[in-house]
Amino acid sequence: MLICIGKKDKPMTKLETDLLDLLKEDCRISLEKLSVMTGASLEEVAATIEDMEKRRIILRYAPMINWDLTDRERVEAMIEVRVTPQRDMGFDAIARRIYCFDEVKSVFLMSGSYDLLVLVEARTLKELAAFVSGKLSPLETVTGTATSFVLKRYKEEGVIFDSGDTDRRLVISP
Amino acid sequence: MNYDKFLNPRIAAVPPSGIRRFFDLAATMKDTISLGVGEPDFKTPYHIRNAAIDSLVDGETQYTANRGLPELRQEIALYLNGRYSLSYDPDKQIIVTIGASEAIDLALRTLTSPGDEVLVPEPSYVSYSPGVVFAGGIAVGVETLEKDDFRLTPASLEKAITPRTKALILPYPNNPTGAVMKREDLEAIARVVTAHDLFVISDEIYSELVYDGHTHVSFAAIEGMYPRTITINGFSKAFAMTGWRVGYACGAEEIITVMNRIHQYTIMCAPRQGQVAAAAALKEGRENGYEDVLRMRNSYDRRRRLMVDAFRSMGLHCFEPYGAFYAFPSVRSTGLTSEAFCAELLKCKNVAAVPGTAFGPAGEGNIRCCYATALDKLNIALDRMAEFVKDHT
Repeated sequence: MLICIGKKDKPMTKLETDLLDLLKEDCRISLEKLSVMTGASLEEVAATIEDMEKRRIILRYAPMINWDLTDRERVEAMIEVRVTPQRDMGFDAIARRIYCFDEVKSVFLMSGSYDLLVLVEARTLKELAAFVSGKLSPLETVTGTATSFVLKRYKEEGVIFDSGDTDRRLVISP
Repeated sequence: MNYDKFLNPRIAAVPPSGIRRFFDLAATMKDTISLGVGEPDFKTPYHIRNAAIDSLVDGETQYTANRGLPELRQEIALYLNGRYSLSYDPDKQIIVTIGASEAIDLALRTLTSPGDEVLVPEPSYVSYSPGVVFAGGIAVGVETLEKDDFRLTPASLEKAITPRTKALILPYPNNPTGAVMKREDLEAIARVVTAHDLFVISDEIYSELVYDGHTHVSFAAIEGMYPRTITINGFSKAFAMTGWRVGYACGAEEIITVMNRIHQYTIMCAPRQGQVAAAAALKEGRENGYEDVLRMRNSYDRRRRLMVDAFRSMGLHCFEPYGAFYAFPSVRSTGLTSEAFCAELLKCKNVAAVPGTAFGPAGEGNIRCCYATALDKLNIALDRMAEFVKDHT
């Protein structure tokens, strides 16, 4: 999984777009293969990637893991959080306050009937409940939470989790 | 019971596809990575599938007009005009067929009388020569060479023409070589075609898949060629719609009328949902700059570069393909024939490729590898091939 964030400062070049498309699918891909596939020189590829890292377009290189196939115990929840921005604390500051917790995996500012969508992971239900009641809800700016638990993961970031995508083509065809 | 006396000997004598043998072999093996497919690895974009789903839900299950849904023919006319500067009347000059395959068959049956010769560049798609025979004609192979980038040359064309030559099949961009013909190449062929008053069946099914700055030039757009060309194209490769079976032929009203005569009696019409989906594909493509096609083409291009580079790195000479989604490397350096190479590669490394001879005798010494394969599988297959080549050099 390729993680990208950051303000847009200039239009993306074709090479940047191609590199992001390729790295997003497999971030282990070598610079040599990237160079061959994009037609750019090795130096240009390396420099472009480094530049995108500096500009925080690329934040991290991480695999997409199906934890359900491991023996790691975990419970995941999506929490809809309603907040009241204070005079000195806008949405950004509130989000920062929330995402500092290790249990919090993702925080999004949302349109609609609530303000922040918070994805939380804990080892057990008890731990997760303790986080919501003990750490999240008591925050000054939080006016309400609604917690839903993730029961099954089907697809995430374009990766199909259950049976996988099979190639249905004939093995050989003209 | 002796069936020989019932069988048409001309048809029974057509040899089975060379591809079939490898298909049967590969199907028995586990964990095979196939570079032997001839279709995109993309599914048809969802919005195109959705158009067909809506059509089914709405109960549109009846025959269409023989020549195809009027809205599809209209879209085809707009597409060919916008993309390739061709002007065809949707009512009189366009017929929608069951894939470009049926269009080729109709064209051959329309043009060929017993004793007529039809020129078929080789190596090329497996169906042309048998199609000529089925139509009652004589297929004459015209060899294309790697030194000419597998383009059809005026010299080789001239050499193959006899007083019995009626037509030429022009398949570019080409399967299996990936060769393309530039405007000046086509103009040179056009001069020979005019001089000998030939008809041309131009199979342009890979017209959208050209790379590295090449642009596709439709043969009917070459000066003087419009009246004597049947332009054939479809949706299988550009829009990843192989299983839908929709294609089309365009040409002079007189020719399309006769093609339709066969079509109306034997087929009635191409599948309705295929036509609905195809019309949606063209309409939305026109509106969004063919973004789906572009996305797929970019993806093929990256893998094209990867594959060609890999072949050259492993010591196989590989001509640079600028069209379709095949590479056609030479395996002569291994000392193995095309068939032996593919058979051994499959047996030892579980990688399937197609011997060049499946596409005509001119394919001997080469193999066809398709880069429309998932990148991770492609990398594994190329690594295995490199090991195999190392063991055989």
